[in-house]
Amino acid sequence: MINEETLKELAISKSEYELIIEKLGRKPNDLELGLFGALWSEHCGYKHTKKLLRSIKSTSINTITEAGAENAGAINIGSNKAIVMKIESHNHPSAIEPYEGAATGVGGIVRDIFAMGARPIALLNSLRFSNLKSSRNIQIAKGVVEGISGYGNCLGIPNIGGECFFDESYESNPLVNAMCVGIVDNDKILSARAERPGDLLIIIGAETGRDGIHGASGLASQNFEETIELRSAVQVGNPFLEKLLIEACLEISNLNELVGMQDCGAAGITSAAIEMAEKSNLGLEIDVSKVPVRESSMTPYEIMLSESQERMLIAVKENQYKNIFDILDKWDLKCSIIGKFIDGNDVIIFNNNNLISKTSIEALTSPPEYDLSKISKSYKHHKSNLILKNKYNSFNIETISSHLKNIFSSNNIVSKKSIYKKYDHHVQTNTILEPGSDSAIIRIKNTDKFLLFSCDGNSRYSLLDPKIGAEINIAESCRNISVLGGEPIALTDGLNFGDPTKPKGAFQLIETFKGFNNACDIFNIPIISGNASLFNEGHNSSINPTPIIGAMGIMNNKTKILNKNFLKPGDKIGVIGNFWGTDQGLSGSEFQSFFENETTGDISIDLEFEKQLQFCIRNLVRLGLIKSSHDLSLGGLIVALVLSTEKNHLGVELEKSVPNNWAGALFGEDQSRVIFSYDEKNYNEISNVLNDIQWEQIGTVTEKNINFENIIFESEDLFIRYNKGFSNDL
Amino acid sequence: MKIGIVVFPGTWSESDTHYATNDVLGIKSEYIWHKDHSLNNTDIIILPGGFSYGDYLRTGAIASFSPIMEKIISFAKSGGIVIGICNGFQILCESKLLPGVLMRNNSLSFVCENSYLKVNNDSLFTNKYKPNEIIKIPISHGEGNFQADKKIIDELEEQNRVIFRYSSKLGETTLDHNPNGSINNIAGISNKEGNVLGLMPHPEKACEKLIGSDDGLGIFKSIITTSV
Repeated sequence: MINEETLKELAISKSEYELIIEKLGRKPNDLELGLFGALWSEHCGYKHTKKLLRSIKSTSINTITEAGAENAGAINIGSNKAIVMKIESHNHPSAIEPYEGAATGVGGIVRDIFAMGARPIALLNSLRFSNLKSSRNIQIAKGVVEGISGYGNCLGIPNIGGECFFDESYESNPLVNAMCVGIVDNDKILSARAERPGDLLIIIGAETGRDGIHGASGLASQNFEETIELRSAVQVGNPFLEKLLIEACLEISNLNELVGMQDCGAAGITSAAIEMAEKSNLGLEIDVSKVPVRESSMTPYEIMLSESQERMLIAVKENQYKNIFDILDKWDLKCSIIGKFIDGNDVIIFNNNNLISKTSIEALTSPPEYDLSKISKSYKHHKSNLILKNKYNSFNIETISSHLKNIFSSNNIVSKKSIYKKYDHHVQTNTILEPGSDSAIIRIKNTDKFLLFSCDGNSRYSLLDPKIGAEINIAESCRNISVLGGEPIALTDGLNFGDPTKPKGAFQLIETFKGFNNACDIFNIPIISGNASLFNEGHNSSINPTPIIGAMGIMNNKTKILNKNFLKPGDKIGVIGNFWGTDQGLSGSEFQSFFENETTGDISIDLEFEKQLQFCIRNLVRLGLIKSSHDLSLGGLIVALVLSTEKNHLGVELEKSVPNNWAGALFGEDQSRVIFSYDEKNYNEISNVLNDIQWEQIGTVTEKNINFENIIFESEDLFIRYNKGFSNDL
Repeated sequence: MKIGIVVFPGTWSESDTHYATNDVLGIKSEYIWHKDHSLNNTDIIILPGGFSYGDYLRTGAIASFSPIMEKIISFAKSGGIVIGICNGFQILCESKLLPGVLMRNNSLSFVCENSYLKVNNDSLFTNKYKPNEIIKIPISHGEGNFQADKKIIDELEEQNRVIFRYSSKLGETTLDHNPNGSINNIAGISNKEGNVLGLMPHPEKACEKLIGSDDGLGIFKSIITTSV
């Protein structure tokens, strides 16, 4: 009988083991069990999320790939150009070894992009850490940032934006989601498949070592306490080698002899090669003795399951590898023919001339699919009520001022410059709007297009109500793009959740997909690629459910570039949506978390209104009627005003009195609000554009301070606090 | 007039440099591969930024021994114009075409930001700028902290060979505006003969107003006027 320890190490359940025997008609040998463990892991097999993923809107008139069919999703942007993009997590490795975990996370997502024949043109990332109060947390945050910097800067890909958020729910499990964007001519997109029997399977790049064995099945499928011992499962990156791989693979991609390309990532050769064969409807022969290895005496098991970084697989026409090898030689890259595609439906593995496994590809690549709705049935989601203290509902100048001052020491509010100045964001000379804005903007040379990108998530909302949280997630990512004039056309998602085999985790996943589906339908936007990282648990608690949305927008290069900053005194200020926040808007807000250390209450969003709002603000930008524009969200109205005046050291005069329920009014993060500034002479035209939507002119830009009719906030001190950055230097 | 842009494994600023010189300014530019043994009749050599050979061992150290560097060294010694940008500056120092070393930034961190530079326009690389003009050019490096012994620094200063200094927007060259700890806020220097320039900032990344600044073009404009 099989040892339970072995099954645990591979994250295979007993019933799954029995299913394997049933599918094979025999017991698997050790190597085969390893293959199943890898391919049936969540990371490769999506056994808990596949059903849900199928329900997602993943196509539009512009999409080129089918969701999940390739290394990343591709969308046509016109001018015979396609954008390829995807987000990927490296949470567990980063928890164990922050620098290398984050670095190899960047390496992995970049390989997914150039495997499609696309040149990587931008990186973004979304980071989640616990508070910076313990040295361990500081070390993790620092290590992750340094890792992204150390690896990404070496590649010559600009890191143009993203987000970083702190919450205690990430105490055991930091989240590191990296997003990469590439560009490729429509007719040159590569596929991760072979064409016909006889096509060769060639490995390129790093030698295969013992690092990262069981990364996919172990690290990504067990909770944190179990993985602390798995340090050797974290790979070590070599960004220089990756840079050579990018250039060599893109050069090779122009050759007719090349048939397909695939990143060798999670679960190593096992996943990469077998998935290629499966997509090609072909069988495959591999000889592990042909794989260049770093250490002698590596076993076939280790070679097949190693997750050594900086390796790619290519499929090449039979006997036509000479030109390809010449290019690899030019770049001083190692390569080796390790197998060939054959007729049939088996993967046949040799070690030299010894047959060591012959297994059905169909069996390997069809893990069981679990129905999460059965698991979540027993979970009852409790809505918590928002109870506000009296002091938050009685106007008192000192109390209000001190709260504003204090919230500008929250790591979630202050400037993130100390992070993004460690990332090269200028290389490739396309960056028009740098990190720190609502979204980043790059131009596409030799076209009439600007592209906009944002990467955003709000896990507190997802904790309070995962469905509405997911809707807000998409709405806000798109809003970040619309406020600068871009039309959102594609999304990629990073799903960071707890244990899906527990009712709560299953419930959160199901509800998140419901929210995504709603929002994608209403905004008519597809999710073209994505990644799931489950089992983010530790210390008997799981992370807040944290879906992350990476969004891409497009606009004409004649559009005037603006950002959140007010430009000069005398300009008028307007708000679309409600000017004042509400008490309900404090639910899941930074104010609530920072001052009351809780996340409670109800959240809501009106997606139809949101859609109309985004349409209107895009039009205002495109018509050149406004001078600045900003999504009014984290920190509420007052924080948005401070941030809009900070860059140019300005102030505002508002024709309003702060009401008694000041906390909600000033700090409420009610959805669907945009703040913008404009020249008074454009008022009538702006009114015409905003004819059918709720908006008002609320005041005037001045030289200093935020002046309401009944209270003045001196902003110079707030600017200093904002620019001081994090409580600990990252 | 032809510019040669040298590509080492790990270089990543070659296409940005090519775009700035060839596409924006219309100066014929071509790449020179590190394994080549000829400069292919180019009139100006640019060593662009990046991480040549991964910057393993020491920044610029391995590249300085690559085959093409022999040709570049003799080209420079016979008066040919050579510019090293960022990693290229590091390579020029390692090759002894320029004095000094570029040490780890004093913050111990990589830094990417727009830097303001005060220009010494008394050089063939900067004659298109106004005297003491303040220009905005991005920096992007982990090792840009220029250091040399006192004798060399004195010589650089006396011979007016400090071509760029980090400064404020208003031209103050104080420590507050020094991004990496470089001595005397040095951002770029020339050799004694005045035909070799090394600088940490990336002029090719400041090639169009749309991307934040076109202040870097003055360098390329200056050298082509000089060469013609």
